[in-house]
Amino acid sequence: MAKATVTFEDINVTVTVPAGTRIIEISEKVGAGITFGCREGDCGTCLMKVTEGWNNLSEPSVLEDKILRENFAGKHNRLACQAQVLGGEVKVRPA
Amino acid sequence: MNGCVQENVTSAPVALSERIHWVGAFDPQLRTFDIILKTANGTTYNAYAVRGSAGVAIVDTVKEEFANDFFTRLEQVAEYREITAIVLNHLEPDHTGALPELMRRAPQARLYVSFMAQVMIKALLKQDALEYIAVNTGDSISLGDRTLSFLHTPYLHWPDTQCTYVEEEQALLSGDVFGCHFCDTRLFNDRVGDFRFSFEYYYAHIMRPFRKQVIDALQLIEKLDLSMIAPAHGPILRDQPQNYVARYRELASPRLKRDVAANEKTLLIFYISAYGNTARMAAAIYEAAHQVSGVRASLYDLAGGDTESFADMLEEADGLILGSPTINGDAVKPVWDLLSSLAVINVTGKLGAAFGSFGWSGEAVRLIEDRLRGLKLRVPMQGLRVKLIPTPEEIESCREFGRSLGEELMGNQSARTFDFTEELKSSYST
Repeated sequence: MAKATVTFEDINVTVTVPAGTRIIEISEKVGAGITFGCREGDCGTCLMKVTEGWNNLSEPSVLEDKILRENFAGKHNRLACQAQVLGGEVKVRPA
Repeated sequence: MNGCVQENVTSAPVALSERIHWVGAFDPQLRTFDIILKTANGTTYNAYAVRGSAGVAIVDTVKEEFANDFFTRLEQVAEYREITAIVLNHLEPDHTGALPELMRRAPQARLYVSFMAQVMIKALLKQDALEYIAVNTGDSISLGDRTLSFLHTPYLHWPDTQCTYVEEEQALLSGDVFGCHFCDTRLFNDRVGDFRFSFEYYYAHIMRPFRKQVIDALQLIEKLDLSMIAPAHGPILRDQPQNYVARYRELASPRLKRDVAANEKTLLIFYISAYGNTARMAAAIYEAAHQVSGVRASLYDLAGGDTESFADMLEEADGLILGSPTINGDAVKPVWDLLSSLAVINVTGKLGAAFGSFGWSGEAVRLIEDRLRGLKLRVPMQGLRVKLIPTPEEIESCREFGRSLGEELMGNQSARTFDFTEELKSSYST
């Protein structure tokens, strides 16, 4: 099974997870500062900043792209409820 | 007597100026709004028609059941064919109830909504082919000799909310901002009865959770020259409108400045205890957390306080720890009352944790943690549960819990690693 690691910089926690895991699921388990609302990619609450490993995340969907634009998101922002870690290392923190 | 002051109530529109008319509706019978709000005086749904040399703009509409009042008033100040713009400051149904019919009667009018309203408007109108123009701060539309400019004021009190400023009139059509539920047909703040309690109550329940966004909005609004503020509910503020802006500034500012240094963080520990066991845990957690450099911890027994009065402190605290015994499989009511009071303040991202002694099953701690997460606090440490009377070893584990939370609060936790591969495997392996 392919694995990946995700580091939550705000609480200094690194987690190894199966490839394909959504960031929000891990964030919630470890109590990182990325909070969530609808969990469906609609409300923008779980906006996060990806500081390393951007390319190790799944591509944003059309819906996520739209929500990112509407929230004036920066270049390296993603929604934690939508982004899946595909492998390698990813580092994130609350936006 | 219906609670709304009636003075020469007619179906006539009301002139705010030569070019701006109120075309809204009175709802004197209303006592409960949106489930959570009470009103002793009903409310008004304020909609406005702004006339320029090259067209008429309608800013907001009314609740659907009052659509006839709205159209009757509107028809006295404009013909439908003259309407070039419909502006929605806020999409909530009490302001958009007459929108579908207005669009049907004035099909040529262009619809203007805030940038953030785009996802919502399709859900509201259920029309996939709906055409609208999304506007932002700095955008404006011309009605010939009158100009509407837009101020993006998100989260006051929905993500979509905006204000519309009629430049040549110095009139701010402010949506729900500066509004209140107060029905008085004399309509202007220099003529109506005393509505200050409604103004304050409305702010406390509707705007307060978005204090940061209120401050952002005030940065835009305070720059404007204002002859009047015309909100979407309650009196139109034409007499000293700046006073209401100043009051919002006061309400959005911290009451008594916290007496803590810049490098300190505040941690509030609340507990309630039936036999003293959860209280002993609380004392140990408090004592240890307080010893962490930079942590200013406070300890409160919920049995001795009105939970609502704690909301102000919690709004500014950096961390919250809650202790409850488990009774009948649940945390006890004062704890839920405290958690419920947090709905009107912003606690997003604060540190949260739970603990408690229990006799049989001990559900309270997990339930509190779930609620803390639901309120968007971060809960980095699993809650601490002790069966009945804490042993000296368990008291030591309470101290360790308090120390760790203190270190976490100060950002001192050393790097930690976890492996969730096995735990999450079933969700992701095919």
